[in-house]
Amino acid sequence: MTTEHAASAHAPGHDPAEIDRHVRVYVTVFVALMALTIVTVAISYLHLPTHLAIAIALIVATIKGSLVACYFMHLISEKKLILAVLGVTAFMFLVLLGLPAITHSNGFWIHQ
Amino acid sequence: MDIPYTVEVRRDTGLNNGKIGIWLFLASEVMLFGALFASYILIRVGAPSWPRGATILNVPLATFNTLVLITSSVTMVMAWASLMRGRFGTFRFYMGLTIMLGFVFLGVKYVEYSHKFHDDLFPRTNNFLAIYFTLTGLHMLHVLGGMSVNAYLWVVGGKMWKTNPAWFTNRVENSGLFWHFVDLVWIFLFPTLYLL
Repeated sequence: MTTEHAASAHAPGHDPAEIDRHVRVYVTVFVALMALTIVTVAISYLHLPTHLAIAIALIVATIKGSLVACYFMHLISEKKLILAVLGVTAFMFLVLLGLPAITHSNGFWIHQ
Repeated sequence: MDIPYTVEVRRDTGLNNGKIGIWLFLASEVMLFGALFASYILIRVGAPSWPRGATILNVPLATFNTLVLITSSVTMVMAWASLMRGRFGTFRFYMGLTIMLGFVFLGVKYVEYSHKFHDDLFPRTNNFLAIYFTLTGLHMLHVLGGMSVNAYLWVVGGKMWKTNPAWFTNRVENSGLFWHFVDLVWIFLFPTLYLL
């Protein structure tokens, strides 16, 4: 018996049509990620003002990251417990990113 | 004694232990990179001037590497989908491709680093390069780690697949989650360091 046959005999048993549908989604997301990468680089050559460039780059990166998380990492159909863990993580991540801003608004550097 | 809940789900979590384990690990990884991103913001906002990444770094090479890593994410998820279809041979093809793309990514980083060192640009040169080498170096270690696990699954996968295909499929899914996370981090690193 070949490995392929052995594999089929013990396959996890998922609906092939369902898997095919998933694969079509993966390919669509792949094309979108490629296109958005090109868009990100193209925008950087426009030499926009720094604040605008940062905002646009982060928005595009967030869209790309969401596509990877939702579809490649299957978060779109994941259990609530995982989403809850990630919700807490996202909150703490934002706190971490916000800390420098709080420090700055208190004039941390002004008094140096 | 067999390890419990490798395939069957726990009633309390609704998940197998491997799945909850990898997500908790990834949550800790988010905080690790989060701390470094916060450091980047702190250093950049506090600096009297900050160079545009494109004036020091090689944007075309990094763009190519971004496309390589995105492609490797797709081949990774296709490797998992192949196992879900019960096609081990196809899994080996896609997993092999994923590992190969990881090598391409590392090769391009080697070229980038070599050029920097050749031009006397080191982490000690300035704050921009210090945070650049720290973030990309840590990310590169993650790429190496992911490649090692993928290579292990590629090499010994045949035996695992014959013994317990459902468990092996879960292992590949968990390895894939880590690999996608590595891709996700790069998606943010690329514009932050190279384009802004």
